Amino acid sequence: MIISIASGKGGTGKTTIACNMAVSIGHDVQLLDCDVEEPNAHLFIHPIIDNTKTITTPVPIVDEEKCDLCGKCVEICQFKAIVILGDTILPFHDLCHSCGGCELVCPVKAITETDRELGEIEDGHLDGLQFVHGRLRIGEAMSPPLIKKVRTYCETDKLAIIDAPPGTSCPVIAAMKGCDFVLLVTEPTPFGLYDLRLAVGAVKILGIPCGLIINRSDMGDDSVWEYAKETGIPILMEIPFERKIAEAYSRGDLIVEIMPEWKAKFLELYETIKAIVY
Amino acid sequence: MKELVIISGKGGTGKTSLVAAFASLSNNHVLCDADVDASDLHLILDPQIKKQQDFISGNSAFIENEKCTQCDICRDLCRWDAINENYVVDQIECEGCGVCVHFCPEQAIAFPENHCGEWFISETRFGPMVHARLKIAEENSGKLVSIVRQESKALAEERNIDLMLTDGPPGIGCPVIASLGGATAVLIVVEPTVSGKHDMERVLQLANHFKIPALVCINKFDLNIEQTLEIEAFSRKNNLTTIGRIPFDSKFTKAMVEGKTIIEFNNNSESSQAIRDIWKFFEDRFQLMGG
Repeated sequence: MIISIASGKGGTGKTTIACNMAVSIGHDVQLLDCDVEEPNAHLFIHPIIDNTKTITTPVPIVDEEKCDLCGKCVEICQFKAIVILGDTILPFHDLCHSCGGCELVCPVKAITETDRELGEIEDGHLDGLQFVHGRLRIGEAMSPPLIKKVRTYCETDKLAIIDAPPGTSCPVIAAMKGCDFVLLVTEPTPFGLYDLRLAVGAVKILGIPCGLIINRSDMGDDSVWEYAKETGIPILMEIPFERKIAEAYSRGDLIVEIMPEWKAKFLELYETIKAIVY
Repeated sequence: MKELVIISGKGGTGKTSLVAAFASLSNNHVLCDADVDASDLHLILDPQIKKQQDFISGNSAFIENEKCTQCDICRDLCRWDAINENYVVDQIECEGCGVCVHFCPEQAIAFPENHCGEWFISETRFGPMVHARLKIAEENSGKLVSIVRQESKALAEERNIDLMLTDGPPGIGCPVIASLGGATAVLIVVEPTVSGKHDMERVLQLANHFKIPALVCINKFDLNIEQTLEIEAFSRKNNLTTIGRIPFDSKFTKAMVEGKTIIEFNNNSESSQAIRDIWKFFEDRFQLMGG
């Protein structure tokens, strides 16, 4: 089973939920940090890293000897990633989406492919928990291909918990698509609710069942509860604001470490999700 | 014409609340909401939309069944495996590269443009604002960010306004890169947590990569004084100016619930005072910066 933890708004507690749940379950569980722009789960899990791998995407190089500047590659490229300037052909690797169209269309076979680095994937473990995260290269614009690569580490016989990036556009979709359940973490504020509605819209497009966690549940107003009632989305957990929790988070400590009684709540959360999915 | 872009790396550190507070302190500016994916600034500023425009960007492939001979060329060439065995294109997977369209021997694949959202020019009680709404699950957020910034700039020039206040998106990817280019400076809003510091370091590397000067301010600084001191030490070591500390204050949430900036909600609170000091510092400093 794959559970993706998403939110719309940033900073609502996705990583907290993902890490506490994964550590509470403890064995036969994978934690995949798909917030590759700003991965944070490792700061709470402190996994032993076993492998680091550079992830690349193919981009074109042009053999200028062979190129006769016919312009067919420029024509097919939808991303303006290859242009003719005077009598040179110039690929812009940063803009390339790696579709391979330019190579396919070149009549004189002047185009081959090289690699652009997207970032790194590290995988490791902490006891029975398998840990994987992606780390986007600074300056790299496209995170979805790296997120998809992180997701290839999912093993079908294990529970995989995905820490998704914020937002509702392509990176989040890459982190949620094909999951069995999406856990949406929100806060009961106007920003939290507005972005939650967008996140629910994205989950609906993908047709995945979802549930809510309301974090800092005593700061704000009741509109999130009203929204949950209206839409029939189940509220699976409420976490009140406690300075102790906020301070633990600031140090990189898990809730279940400072308040062990929460472990049972996270295990129950998992059981509830299983009951919804199966 | 100068532009301050407020970013954070990590989401939820208080970017939007701070931009809104700045808006109520600054006299003459254009507001630009560059967080087009999950924009929230409008929830405080209640913009009255004066102009609305569609955001059309990219294309998507659609196979016309009656023309398709099921030759499979499109399925072989598609690098996103976006075309299933029934020759239907998965619109979420389709990258819009047009390779299938080009190589289909039957010209059976249509390639219409995508309507990805809207952008708006509005008026607020704190001056003009340019903002946008990217449709859910859409791509090209970077392009929409560029449009919103260009339109803000054009509006500022038209009205003889020399400051743009831009609410940036979280992360370090495509929309953030699009919100940085050509900015006078970025203000990184960081919270004193291990994640906040980690993410600030990455977004700072990004700002350095594009050679944009960066300033730092620490929100909820009293949540963890040790982390606050570490962030300040890190800033000094990297020649970054920390322009202020804002205390943890539940009034931010209360102000938000009422649709007000913290300055409007409680002008005398410690947090409002801290933000006024930051704004003052920033105004003095900004005079000296290029743009």
